[in-house]
Amino acid sequence: MRSSVGNPAAEKRGMNLTLRIWRQQGPTVKGKMVTYKITDISPDMSFLEMLDVLNEQLILQGDDPVAFDHDCREGICGMCGVMINGQAHGPQQTTTCQLHMRSFADGDTIDIEPWRATAFPIIKDLAVDRRAFDRIIQAGGYISVPTGTAPEAHATPVPKADSDAAFDAATCIGCGACVAACPNASSMLFTAAKVTHLGLLPQGQPERNDRVVNMVAQQDREGFGGCTNIGECSASCPKGISMETISRLNHDLLGALRAGARPKS
Amino acid sequence: MTVEHAQRRTPKVAKTNSVFKKAVMAISGIIMVLYLIAHVIGNLKAFSGAESFNSYSGWIRTVGNPALPGQTTLWVIRIVLLVAVVAHFWAAVSLWRQAKRARPQGYVTKKPTAQSYASRTMRWGGVIIGAFIIYHILDLTTGTVNAEGFDSTPYERLVASFQNPFVTIFYAISVILLGMHLRHGIWSATQTLGQSNRRREKTVSAFAVVFATALTIGFLLVPFSVLFGLID
Repeated sequence: MRSSVGNPAAEKRGMNLTLRIWRQQGPTVKGKMVTYKITDISPDMSFLEMLDVLNEQLILQGDDPVAFDHDCREGICGMCGVMINGQAHGPQQTTTCQLHMRSFADGDTIDIEPWRATAFPIIKDLAVDRRAFDRIIQAGGYISVPTGTAPEAHATPVPKADSDAAFDAATCIGCGACVAACPNASSMLFTAAKVTHLGLLPQGQPERNDRVVNMVAQQDREGFGGCTNIGECSASCPKGISMETISRLNHDLLGALRAGARPKS
Repeated sequence: MTVEHAQRRTPKVAKTNSVFKKAVMAISGIIMVLYLIAHVIGNLKAFSGAESFNSYSGWIRTVGNPALPGQTTLWVIRIVLLVAVVAHFWAAVSLWRQAKRARPQGYVTKKPTAQSYASRTMRWGGVIIGAFIIYHILDLTTGTVNAEGFDSTPYERLVASFQNPFVTIFYAISVILLGMHLRHGIWSATQTLGQSNRRREKTVSAFAVVFATALTIGFLLVPFSVLFGLID
């Protein structure tokens, strides 16, 4: 696995890799896996830096560089989602930008594919359109309060356990790894993280029932699959959002339906 | 291609709620599990001999008499079970189709990291279990495909069936599949009905394993006892 680490000769030479990358010109064009050889990759490079090196080579050769999403490169924006060797964000439970080439061995073949889901149409190569997540948030992932001066913190006490669980859920960066890893392409973990985050805090209570029915209705409308509690999502989530959030969403949804909440059409 | 898919499918999927369908699946599953507990206890009467087994079978058909006429209780159970099976099947097919539409093009390389064999085989395992139940009713309830035919006692049909090693093996495979189906199903139903949390997760999973194993062993005891001549 980490044969190149601690091996001075290999480190000096760098790693030689074979990349098999999904190339697709546009949303409606048929795509295919294309093989590239890449040499002299430092094990200390991030996975995205390795792709940058590849793209520089492709540009110098006059080829079209590989399109992939990326932004902060420090593991908090959620843009850099790709499937690496069949796992969302690769072999480590982190974002692609925080994955380093030392997780691979010299001579490895690495398959790189875009997230695959009807709700995440491919824009080009590895870049997908994740606006379906934005629309799920627009359907209820907010609280309606007048903004202004921050209120006095002691005015609304929150139990420590609730605030911890809410903050754990709030660490979701909306990268889409849960959908990509799920055998059903379900967005339950994403939606559940948002429902948990707001549903556990006092500010989220007035819209709690409407929020859950509308967000679930929207995720169905976007064409995501249903949850079968397999757990691939949580296991591949860079922020380790737990399956507990899904149970809480289900609990809230069934309660909201009993209370008469219905989704806006 | 994918963009068009998302737009075309939109109104159809939105009609029913995927989480509601899951709840239908969970509740119908629980009803069937409760029946299976009663069923396995009834099966074990085979160890107390033909008379005990046959009279138990007779009792199910007459329980509630004379307040309730004829086989009322039996038919109430049958109708409840039939409704549960149909609801379970409807929800499963509907969610299966939704999942298929959600990812029409699969990955070239996909590496499972968390899924168990049981969770992966829920759908096709369910189909096989469904086919088994049909065979099972034709064999032991109606006697249609049983060597002893309809004109026999339940005990005679039981012995005739499981003396055939092929029948016993088919039965054993189906019951083991059922056990795996329940292992994931119990955990999944707890999640779906919103009754799981981080503290309970381990307990629920452990209970699911123990319960599914115990039920499977319970169902395997009688056929293998017949096959090896302990019951005849």
